[in-house]
Parts: sequence; structure tokens; C-alpha cells
Amino acid sequence: MSRDVWVLAEYAGGRPRKITYELLAKARTLADAAGGRVVALALGAGIEDSAADLGAHGADAVRTADDPQLGQYTTDAYTLVIAPLVTVEQPFLLLIGSTAAGRDVAPRIAARCGAGIVTDCAAIEIADGRVEVTRPVMTRKAMARVAFRGEGPRIAVVLPNLFPPLPPDPARRAEVIPAAAALDPAAIRTRVVEVKAVAREALPLTEADIIVSGGRGLRGPENFALLQQLADALGAAVGSSRPPVDSGWVPHDYEIGQTGKTVNPQLYIACGISGAPQHLAGMSGSRYIIAINKDPQAPIFGVASYGVVGDLFQVVPLLTEEVRKVRGASHG
Amino acid sequence: MDIVVCVKHVPDTEAPIRIRADRRGIEEQGLPFVVNYYDEHGVEEALRIKERLGGTVTLVTAGPARAAQALRTGLAMGADTAIHIEDPALDGADHLGVARALAAAIRGQKCDLVICGKLSTDDNAAIVGSALAEYLEFPQATAVTKLELSEGGATAHREVEGAVEVLQVALPAVVTVERSINEPRYPSLPGIMKAKRTPIAVKTLADLGLAPDEAGAASARSEVLGFAPPPQRQAGRVLEGDPAQVVKELVRFLREDAKVL
Repeated sequence: MSRDVWVLAEYAGGRPRKITYELLAKARTLADAAGGRVVALALGAGIEDSAADLGAHGADAVRTADDPQLGQYTTDAYTLVIAPLVTVEQPFLLLIGSTAAGRDVAPRIAARCGAGIVTDCAAIEIADGRVEVTRPVMTRKAMARVAFRGEGPRIAVVLPNLFPPLPPDPARRAEVIPAAAALDPAAIRTRVVEVKAVAREALPLTEADIIVSGGRGLRGPENFALLQQLADALGAAVGSSRPPVDSGWVPHDYEIGQTGKTVNPQLYIACGISGAPQHLAGMSGSRYIIAINKDPQAPIFGVASYGVVGDLFQVVPLLTEEVRKVRGASHG
Repeated sequence: MDIVVCVKHVPDTEAPIRIRADRRGIEEQGLPFVVNYYDEHGVEEALRIKERLGGTVTLVTAGPARAAQALRTGLAMGADTAIHIEDPALDGADHLGVARALAAAIRGQKCDLVICGKLSTDDNAAIVGSALAEYLEFPQATAVTKLELSEGGATAHREVEGAVEVLQVALPAVVTVERSINEPRYPSLPGIMKAKRTPIAVKTLADLGLAPDEAGAASARSEVLGFAPPPQRQAGRVLEGDPAQVVKELVRFLREDAKVL
């Protein structure tokens, strides 16, 4: 078994996703503790050039599998490339981002290779050769400490937005090792027939540094425009708690909470959100929380770094205006 | 169309939890348990397919004796039969072990489609669906928001970052479902009466041809060492009064503390 820590790179529009850089930074620390190298797995179509970028961000080696059939993620194609590498080379640990593709493929690889797997990792440590992780469970009402057991590779699926990427160092060069990717098209049992871009999700909620989110206090779908204006001024994404989704004001992909997305942004601005446990489950990992709510008793104030007891219909437009002034001044 | 739906009996997410004195788990005494709600959406989807195309809906769960209640709920919604994998060796199993046990139970069934919830709300792992697909050697589609069946295949919509993917999946397959796929029905009174009379097939690992060390705690590659309360967030300053003053203070906070301006 090697002591290497592997990272599955993930691409969006031909460039590594932010989570890839986060994983490389974490892998750097873990590989140093394990006494191994950081190896990035780069699967895609036309992604050879990204090896230098992965090296600059912390990879010692990059295994590339460049194939037209890997341009669009499918469970089977990715598993067919990654599982044999894991089985033969026995990495100490493989880090995969908790993204739609990462969550889909990681258990499949684990099951095929007999690897241990722990998902939703918020912290990972190596102590005395043991790998232990901390992960939120029970609607974030508890944190579980989980240890990998037994021999053989381990897979940790890691939550986004938790580990700061390393500043890129162009002098750092990764060794590039092509991985065999002879893919039989017949072995790929799912076909992606269409990818419909969700225009408003140009900045996905799970990757956003700032999120402006609305709840029942918005009173109607038309008022989400107020949040969108603030979000545009801040370069933020817009989300919601469950009631606006259940009322049909916004689509389900807005939803943050137990039944929606889990987010860990630098800043979360909750507007007209009371702070039900099911919502807190999806956002209480945010670095800073601003809550704007009329009700001084709203539970959201219990987790807010900054609470505003007031009318969001007054506060939000004023805040948007002030942010535009500051941003305008700094860009001007 | 013969469909198997995997269900799990989990603590009600609305209920407060208490960590056990030994910290290895949570106190179950007095804790209300329900069907994992993503699994309810799975049962609903299976019933809708059966209503359109005919066939059967079989429920499978792996869990302690109380988990039979999750099967009763699914039967009351309209499922036809239920299998309960109950074996003390599963106490301490990891998700891969549970998936191996479910796969062994499903292999004995006529099955064109397996539906699971996209995750269970107790441990949030989202491992069992994909692992189960691997053990059954089925293709998979996870976190599906819309499912349409056609000749020999299915079209599945899944939410990914910034887009919706439309997948064509060969059957038999494992599909894990999102909350937005449908609105589950409530069990009807006749359904509840029928569910009480429907026998549940209880299976041990040995009944499924599995040795305890193939699925149980002995084979687990991960182990929960303990639970702790989540880090407590300090409630910060609360501002009230003149909106213009409040906003000025917020902007200062955004610039100096959150450093986003």
C-alpha cells in the first residue's frame, strides 16, 4: 500500500472546480502527515493543460485520462478509469469533493474496490497512521467522529468551502503520468442526452462565497428580486428556506436546509427566515451569518453573527444601495 | 414493472436528540422514528409507476425490530410485499455492509428497478444507493428529480451544480430520488388495515447466503467513535432602530469583519 493521498479533480467548463483546489490543499497536509505524495486524478476531454495548474496548487503528480468519453461525467466511465487505478496502486486515501458527481461516483468506486468510505467530511486527521474524520449528522444536531478501519484504500468525500486553496506556485511542477483509459462505449450504461444550464445558477449555491437567502418573510415570489439585486451587488448567489419552495415562489434548487442543499459560505445573509432546525441544518456551518427579521424572538438570531431586528423591505434595498456605492468606489 | 424500494427507519428530524452517555450513539428511548422522508418519495414514485404500468412494489429494509414500522407505513401507502433484514451482526455494519445485505435480498426478487431515497436524514451518508447498484451490477442515476420510463430504459433528470442533467439509463437500474420528484400520498384507512395483515418476510444474513463477516460489523471499513454536540455558535450583536444607521453598521461589518467588501 502506498502512502499517497489522491485527489479526484473535477472540472467545470474545462477548468478545475474550486473544490479541486480545496482538496489539493487538504491533501498536501495529509500527505505530509502520511509520508506520501499528492496525486491528482484528472479525467476529462482536452484537459492535458490543467496538469500544470494542479501542480501549482499542490499536486506532486497528475494521472491524466483524456478521452472524449470522459468529457461529460458518467458513473460507469469514471468508475472504469478510477477503480482499476485504486485497486492496483492502493492509495492511502482518496479525496473526492461532495458534488453531484462526487457523491454519485465515490460509493461506486468504494464498493468495486472494497475501499472504506466516509462522506460529508468536515475535518480529516491522520494520527498514528489512523485516519479519522468529523462529519455532521442528525440534521447537524450532532457531529460524529468516524475512524477508517481495516486494510486497503480509503475514500473521503469532503464538504466544499471548508479548506482554503494554496496560493498557486507556478514553480511547482507535477509529474504527469497518463492513465490508460481504453473505454468500451458499450460499458457505459447511462447516456447524458441533455444538460440544461440553470441560468441563475451560473454561481452554484454550494460554491458561492456569499449567499443571500429568503424565507417566508419575503411574502411572495416577486420580492425575491430584492434579494437578487443585493446578491448582484455583492457577487452572491440567491437561496431560500423551505417555505418559499413549498409555496411555489422559487424552484426546489433554491432550497437550503435538511431537504435541500448544505452550504458553507463565508457569509450567509438570511432575510425573513425564522431559523427552523431544518434550515439551520443546511447553513449553520457558514463562517458569518447576518439575519434580518422582524421578530426579535426568531431562532435565527441565536446563530447570527449580526442580527438586524427590522423590516427587510427597508433594510435590504438600503443595504444594496450602500454596497453598490462601496463597490462602485473601489472599482472606480 | 417489478420495483423494489429500499426504506430506512430514522429519527424524526423535528425531534431533539440526546447523545448517549457512552457517546457511541444517540438515546433511542422516547425518540420518535419515522420512514426516512426521501424513501417516502421513493415509495410514492414506485406506486405511481405501478399504477401506470402494472407490476409489483416490494419494500426492503435492514434494521432492528422497530424498523418493521417503516415497512408497515410503506405497505399502508400501497406497496405489495416487504422484506425485513434483521440480524444482530448488522449492528455496527458500515454502509457498504448494509448495501451488500440489501443486494442479497434484492437478487432473490424479480426486479426491473430499484428506488432508494437520495440519502437518509440520520447519517446523511448517501452511500447505500450507489453501492447497491454496484453490488447488483446495475447502472444508476442519483438525486433524481424526474423519472420517465420507456421501453427497456428510463429517462432521469438530476440536479447538478448549475444545471439539470437528463440521463438515459438502461434497466434494470438503481435510482435514488430527491424530494422534488413527487408529493407522497398519506396511507389510506383500508391501506393501513391491509398493511397490518400483510406478512413481512424476516431474513437473517444467513438466510440471504451471507456470512456475518461479509456484511456485518466484522467487515466494516469505518466505525463511529463517538458523537458530540455541534459547535455552538455565539449569537452576535443585534441591531435595531433607524434602518439607515443599521445599514451603515452592517456595511462596516461586511468590510471589517466578514471582509467581503
